[in-house]
Amino acid sequence: MITVSPEQAAALIPDGASVMIGGFMGVGTPERVVDELVRRRTGSLTVIANDTALPGVGIGKLVHAGLVRRAIVSHIGLNPETQQQMIAGKIDVELVPQGTLVERIRAGGYGLGGVLTGTGVGTVVEEGKPTLTIDGKRFLVEVALRADFALLSAFLADYLGNLTYALTARNFNPVMATAADTVIVDADNIVPTGVIAPDHVMTPAPLVDYLVAH
Amino acid sequence: MNPETVIARRIAQELRDGMLVNLGIGIPTLVANYVPAGIHVFFQSENGLIGTGPVAEPAMRHRLLTDAGGRTVTALPGASTFDSATSFGLIRGGHVDMTVLGGLEVDAAGRLANWTIPGKMVPGMGGAMDLVAGARRVVIAMQHTAKGRSKIVPTCTLPLTAARPVDLVVTELAVIGFPQGRATLLETAPGVSVTDVVAATAAELSVAADVRPMDLAER
Repeated sequence: MITVSPEQAAALIPDGASVMIGGFMGVGTPERVVDELVRRRTGSLTVIANDTALPGVGIGKLVHAGLVRRAIVSHIGLNPETQQQMIAGKIDVELVPQGTLVERIRAGGYGLGGVLTGTGVGTVVEEGKPTLTIDGKRFLVEVALRADFALLSAFLADYLGNLTYALTARNFNPVMATAADTVIVDADNIVPTGVIAPDHVMTPAPLVDYLVAH
Repeated sequence: MNPETVIARRIAQELRDGMLVNLGIGIPTLVANYVPAGIHVFFQSENGLIGTGPVAEPAMRHRLLTDAGGRTVTALPGASTFDSATSFGLIRGGHVDMTVLGGLEVDAAGRLANWTIPGKMVPGMGGAMDLVAGARRVVIAMQHTAKGRSKIVPTCTLPLTAARPVDLVVTELAVIGFPQGRATLLETAPGVSVTDVVAATAAELSVAADVRPMDLAER
């Protein structure tokens, strides 16, 4: 396991990178890495995440700093800045139903080309997508998503990089851990190997590339 | 009784012991305040929690325990937490017995629009499309009218949330179902007549033969 400072973690990410960022309205988002991206002004990012949080929180900081060029998210309703930048043409926003978004990421991480879902059938979400009818039910073909980087937050990481998450901070984090070329984890606590029992590991260590040091 | 309370109390009577229920933001959240005595219901927050409890006392708040609206809630004994793939697997897979959601428009066939007003409000659909497509029963909690205009319309003008029709609409005036795909008045609120409801509804409304008063008794 390679440990890096928040500065070193952010320095791995070039302008124009695609980044999956864990969190649901900022809960479960690695704030220290986000803060360093803002400080370095790493720009033209494609952000794949559940939402763009709130102004001043998590991904909201990246939006505020004008660093996001494209956002693939399920919800921007609590961040008026995202909506303003979308209307002004500064951010290209692709809105994806939340369950479809997480499945597209899961597909990307699990070696699938995509998934079939009934969500969005007969709505604007269907536009331009192939459909399949199976046992009389119509499904949309939703393609897999991957990213250059996953920026994740965990509750515990052991020295090898095994992870657990706490309460509702798990959300997209363990799914994204499978779907990016480079996985960077900021854990609230780094604990000796063995503290997390095998049955309690939620993300196995080999999926993690970098742990952010305290 | 204010409109929100009428709606929440009536919907609470749809709860059955052992149900897994997802409540949307706004009026639907209030339904949790009126769970009938002796009934145990699991409330799901789609950010990854079953067993969602009331908002936490200030000293007991935890920054990593929120509901889908971002409120710092509690988790009740027997609660479980999970990732978003599991959470939406529960929703799409038909494991959620009932969802209660807000609405902008419901049409005469029961189709719902509740996620965007193009040009005015583009928040994103979040989990709404999955919930309407996947929950076993979809109940809409909304005011009957907005700015004097009926929210129950002949055909939705706003973008649909799903092709699948909802099961029940509860407003401060009425309970409306969709047997055979037709909006049908099932119940009227206290002090509200069938004529009042029909007059306040833009969609063509059938009236059930056994239309009855809404029962709002606390249980």
